[in-house]
Amino acid sequence: MSHQSHMDPNTMVIEMRDIVKKFGDFTANDHINLTLHKGEVHAILGENGAGKSTLMNVLCGLYHPTSGQIFVDGKEVHMNGPRDAIDLGIGMVHQHFMLIQPFTVTDNIILGIEPTKAGVVVDEKLARQKVLELSERYGMKVDPDAKIEDISVGMQQRVEILKVLYRGSNVLILDEPTASLTPQEIDELMQIIDNLTKDGKSVILITHKLKEIKACSDTCTVIRQGKYIKTVNVADVNENEMAAMMVGRDVNFKVEKKDITPGEVVLDIKDLHAKDYRDVEILRGLNLNVRKGEIVGLCGVDGNGQTELVEVLTGLRKAESGSITMMGKNAFNLNPHASFEAGISSIPADRQKHGLVLDFSIEDNLIVQHYKEAPFSKNGIMKRDAIRKNATNLMEKFDVRPRGVEDRPAGNLSGGNQQKVIIAREVTNDKELLIAFNPTRGLDVGAIEFVHKYLVEQRNKGRAVLLVSFELDEIMSLSDRIEVIFDGEITGSVPGAQADEKELGFMMAGGKKNEN
Amino acid sequence: MKTKKGILDSNLFYTVLAIIIGFAIGAIFLMVAGISPAVAYGKLLDSIFSKPKYLVWTLVYAAPVIFTGLSVAFSFRTGVFNIGAEGQYIVGSVAACVVGIKLHLPPIIHPLVCLLAAAAAGCLWSLIVGILKTTRGIHEVLSFIMFNWIAYYFQNYVVNLPGIRRQSGGEATENVADAARILLPEGLMKTLDCSGANWGFILASIAAIVIFIIIEKTTLGYELKAVGFNKNAAEFAGINVNRSMLTALGISGALAGLGGAVQVLGMGGRLSQLAAQEGFGFDGITVALIAGSNPLGCILSGLFYGAMKYGGSKLTIVRAPSEVVNIIMGCVIIFIAISQVFKVLFTSIGKKKEA
Amino acid sequence: MDVLITNLGLLINATLIATPPLLFAGLGSCFSERSGVVNIGIEGMMTIGAFTGAVASLYTGNGWAAFLIGGLAGALLGIIHAVVCISFHADQTIAGTAINFLGTGLSLFLCKALFDNSSDTPSHDPSAALPKIFNGVFETGSFGYNVLNVYGVAYLVFVLALVCWFVFYKTKFGSHLRAVGEHPEACESIGIDVYKVRYACVILSGFLAGLGGAFVTLATVNQFRPAVIVGQGFIAIAAVIFGKFTPQGTTFACLLFGLCSGIKSLASMSNAVSPNLISMIPYVVTIVALILFVGRANAPAANGKPFVKAR
Repeated sequence: MSHQSHMDPNTMVIEMRDIVKKFGDFTANDHINLTLHKGEVHAILGENGAGKSTLMNVLCGLYHPTSGQIFVDGKEVHMNGPRDAIDLGIGMVHQHFMLIQPFTVTDNIILGIEPTKAGVVVDEKLARQKVLELSERYGMKVDPDAKIEDISVGMQQRVEILKVLYRGSNVLILDEPTASLTPQEIDELMQIIDNLTKDGKSVILITHKLKEIKACSDTCTVIRQGKYIKTVNVADVNENEMAAMMVGRDVNFKVEKKDITPGEVVLDIKDLHAKDYRDVEILRGLNLNVRKGEIVGLCGVDGNGQTELVEVLTGLRKAESGSITMMGKNAFNLNPHASFEAGISSIPADRQKHGLVLDFSIEDNLIVQHYKEAPFSKNGIMKRDAIRKNATNLMEKFDVRPRGVEDRPAGNLSGGNQQKVIIAREVTNDKELLIAFNPTRGLDVGAIEFVHKYLVEQRNKGRAVLLVSFELDEIMSLSDRIEVIFDGEITGSVPGAQADEKELGFMMAGGKKNEN
Repeated sequence: MKTKKGILDSNLFYTVLAIIIGFAIGAIFLMVAGISPAVAYGKLLDSIFSKPKYLVWTLVYAAPVIFTGLSVAFSFRTGVFNIGAEGQYIVGSVAACVVGIKLHLPPIIHPLVCLLAAAAAGCLWSLIVGILKTTRGIHEVLSFIMFNWIAYYFQNYVVNLPGIRRQSGGEATENVADAARILLPEGLMKTLDCSGANWGFILASIAAIVIFIIIEKTTLGYELKAVGFNKNAAEFAGINVNRSMLTALGISGALAGLGGAVQVLGMGGRLSQLAAQEGFGFDGITVALIAGSNPLGCILSGLFYGAMKYGGSKLTIVRAPSEVVNIIMGCVIIFIAISQVFKVLFTSIGKKKEA
Repeated sequence: MDVLITNLGLLINATLIATPPLLFAGLGSCFSERSGVVNIGIEGMMTIGAFTGAVASLYTGNGWAAFLIGGLAGALLGIIHAVVCISFHADQTIAGTAINFLGTGLSLFLCKALFDNSSDTPSHDPSAALPKIFNGVFETGSFGYNVLNVYGVAYLVFVLALVCWFVFYKTKFGSHLRAVGEHPEACESIGIDVYKVRYACVILSGFLAGLGGAFVTLATVNQFRPAVIVGQGFIAIAAVIFGKFTPQGTTFACLLFGLCSGIKSLASMSNAVSPNLISMIPYVVTIVALILFVGRANAPAANGKPFVKAR
């Protein structure tokens, strides 16, 4: 994809000078500079926790900078909250959408600056009309009357962008906008960004995906551990150079895997049907198997039944019909405990909701499936010494930091270390099947490497691994076999080594392999 | 510096601070009402501490609220809010009273049977709410409130049943059999000069220790806390969430029921027709809050509460409204509620000074 | 037949008298809960409203002024609840428990301080009570007189329910209050002041609960006594959950409670069944209705969670 610039280098819209933001003793932003021009797409590149989002929260008025200056259209500004930023024409689309689920699309877009009759009563008709006009102007299709909880992630993102445009923003900050989009939806987003800059708007793109930066950005500012590294002209650098700047060392994206031949079938799913929380059928006759010593990557766009499939396998959801066997034994519609006993352990997608009891100590979290067994308890009484020893060992082996905090709440750990706790627990369960659902979401490069290493190690030990991920790159680099899920069915199967991104993207969007 | 920081970190410090502030605000109200705080508080302290018998009365007053406090604290620790301790207390007292009147058993056995009946009644009362929650998804706070009222009228209904209602007149039940009472031996009672002295406080303390062990040391406690902290993660890990929730509610209800039994078998000896809810269950919320939901802390906060209740009842002697106690308690709770903020504030000031 | 009509009339009349205090408080509670602040202090707010209403009517001799003062007293407790819960991020259940203590404690304390250690206020003049709007319209003893000649405020509260529904779903404020109860971070990110909206809602809930309490001492009985409110605040909370946190649902739930109290007072006139069993009717009916029709209550997503502003 070639990028055509609409940047006007003579008109500076935003300048952030020497921005410092401290939280207590922690410095999230350490003297950072940023300039943005009219029509420019400016990428901010950095690992998770590098301080990108903090910087943008300063720019959109959510945080007060500890020191530093912000200039908008050449004038220094002092913002006391998001309202001021909005009035200055700065709008942000957050990574976790800021939408009111039970409200309609229109109500979300107009929230806070509703057109009113007599200043009190909301003029729904006018609002709807304005929303439609706006969506037409920038080519973003939305259903103004649909409730947020009923629309796709892609449409929710369009609503977020419209929300910002509705507020008359000239500067749009997009925080990890492609996180849960298909390659096709990403292309659409790129088109939208192009339309916006053509119209004279400026875009700040927060991301750690190098490909996207290359595809649509003019300039790129790199931040590492809260510090400003440098700003480069995207056309002048390649992806590897950018990656090295981001991490501070050379990065090896390739995962080392030794060749092994998969063994017997561990998990076998046939003709599985299940409904989602709204009672709509979401798995429609899914067939899938995973064998010993292979990583099967289930690739697809969020909302095609992955969540429900994992829920059925781990016992959180009852399927309607079909069959599931583990090592040849029936494993259909088990409860979570029985599913674990049948040989399924799982790294859940939402580590804070399902993976950890955040208020529990780390040591208690590590025995959550085994607290009734020796040596952790005897006759119903917990054995604290054994529990502590187990935690000390695992934290050492899996490099959970900081050390010596076995009895502290797991919620005090960073995201990456929380994930290490879960992995330590699930990997040492020694079950035949390991399900990993978005195991690296929100982790930095170092932690991602760590997770990938352990998944491959499990496979090398002869276990079956089912990797469910919305990150195409992750699926492609780890899987021995890739299965594409679309609309509750497996629509294609590709050996990992021969996977082609375009082809996968096509299948993820519903195209059948042979039609390509 | 280190010791100072330790104090500023401890919950006890903030609890004591909250109590002091509560008394200070109470003093302001007394002054506004034209009553000398010195006289009123003097009377309050006097009626708690000046004679051994008063202290015994404090224990007597404390026993039922320690039980309801434990009930609420246990529910807090396991992730439900037992606002229904009031109703469970009532059905417990009714069960104990009826069994105490109707059965004729030898001493020691009789009170045990009464206590068991009360625990079972409280447990059942709470379990119904739990089952409504787990099977029909009905908000437990809502059904607890309904069941409090049903229990309230149920007591009045039972009190007026023929065979229960006292024949000598008055809107109360017959006395429970002497064998069913849990009073201290007569000699000891005479020495203490307290007609209501009973085993209630000892029973409540034992219950507190048992509950502490369950929560902190057993796999059951682990399970219940896991569900209380994070239902989803507990379910994901294979814990049966509904069963845990019902267990927690059952135990919580049984504790409140025991509180009712202790009051009937100890101090009262019979039940009267209620004109308004007596509030033992709601008192339990306060006791649990002051104790920071720690079962052992419930003994202390229950004693504090019992003392305030008993001492407060004597305030009318100096023509001070005994409700000043409610104002004090209200302020204490508020300041405990916002103590986290002070904690952050003080700790940061301490840090700055250190720096 | 006549007996039936008379009884039906009495039933409607009893419902019209029993519903308003619950409905005032229930509507108030809707505002607070929907904005994301759990308020179990409604009981205390009603009690202080009942007390100040009664006292104000003694001193001013004006029912309407007393009614308003009752509301303001409730609002005062609302301010305390708001400060503790919103600015100090305290646990909302704990704060509510404290408010109940303060409300009932203050009322009785001040009552005794003002009225020579009596826990009842003196009865106030009937002319200082709230007016009945149909006075003189119906012939004494006629059907209309028996049924409809209740206090004007009883009708006012139903108008208020309609207004609340309108505010909730048609106005800017309503949209904001529902939004801050669902996703406060989202509201903050677009410049809606979450604290301001929540403050308004919690104080409003105190005001309305105070009005509900004042209704009792100004219309149902003619003085303040310790037991005038007892439990009604909690019933109002129950009605809100029952009504799925909407003004319209709450209205129907309060009417159901009111109707049951009506049935209760009618049924207790005959001696066939124990009055205590009859008194259980509203609560048993609620449970049965929940089992049969309502089921899961959908509390606002951010209900009960303190919101800490980013800075």
